[in-house]
Amino acid sequence: MKLFRYLIVIFFLFSFNLSNAENDNLKNKIAKNLRCLICQGQSVYDSDSEFANSIKIIISQKLDGGQSENQIYDFLEGKYGEWILYDPKFNKSTYFLWLLPVLIFLLGGAILLKLFIIKKN
Amino acid sequence: MKNKFFLVFIIVIFIVIFFIFYKGLQNSNIYTPDTNVKKNVPIFEAKLFDSSQIIKSKNLFNKNNFYLFNVWASWCIPCKDEHPFLMKLNKNKNIVLIGLNYKDSVLNAKNFLNKYNNPYEIIIQDIDGTIGIEWGAYGVPETFIINKDKIIKRIIGPLNEKSFSEIKEIIE
Repeated sequence: MKLFRYLIVIFFLFSFNLSNAENDNLKNKIAKNLRCLICQGQSVYDSDSEFANSIKIIISQKLDGGQSENQIYDFLEGKYGEWILYDPKFNKSTYFLWLLPVLIFLLGGAILLKLFIIKKN
Repeated sequence: MKNKFFLVFIIVIFIVIFFIFYKGLQNSNIYTPDTNVKKNVPIFEAKLFDSSQIIKSKNLFNKNNFYLFNVWASWCIPCKDEHPFLMKLNKNKNIVLIGLNYKDSVLNAKNFLNKYNNPYEIIIQDIDGTIGIEWGAYGVPETFIINKDKIIKRIIGPLNEKSFSEIKEIIE
């Protein structure tokens, strides 16, 4: 019985640590995808500026409040514009950015196909 | 014939890509925030300066037509530069000045106000900077002009002669 109790305590200790770690991972992931707007070439995660520290607090508060990663991005985008996101969303001003690698890949594939397969035949 | 078409096609594609990147090179890579966006006043709750009373944003901007919301701190050097302009605006009856004391200690902020005078009608406290984020502020000093619950102008950095006359033009 005593052993059983110990096992329950250990189980709870581990599960608390795990949930905290997951929350921290998500918090860091979000902070890494946000640009520190008053720093040069730093993410919110990297920076220790007043601005970045406040954003980190906001992320923690929103995560604790049950908000999702995307809800936090949307909130900050509403406040600071899309520039705060490192990963720009797919829209009319970024479609070229997103589609260009695919286009180049397809073009390169077509060139290779032409060189090696069609020529062989 | 087919080969020629293919070559021309590739050259055209590369020229198009070249021009897009070339045009991109000429864009400024210095980020300048948009200062003329009309946004609603954010909804928040804040502690009044040097008091334990909590005030809601809807009770803060409900009387006068024009409000000036100024983010300041005693540790902020440019805030001292803009202080005379705030004192001048304080005398104007058309606008109410509200201060957001950003990440500051009450004692230091009080000393600052005793030394340079208090231009604000109400001061609220932002201990961890989260209210500043609600406003979309970048740091201190920053000023928002509010008319009928809408932010109509935003000045990032200290007020100067130019922004002061712009504010006067708006409110008069």
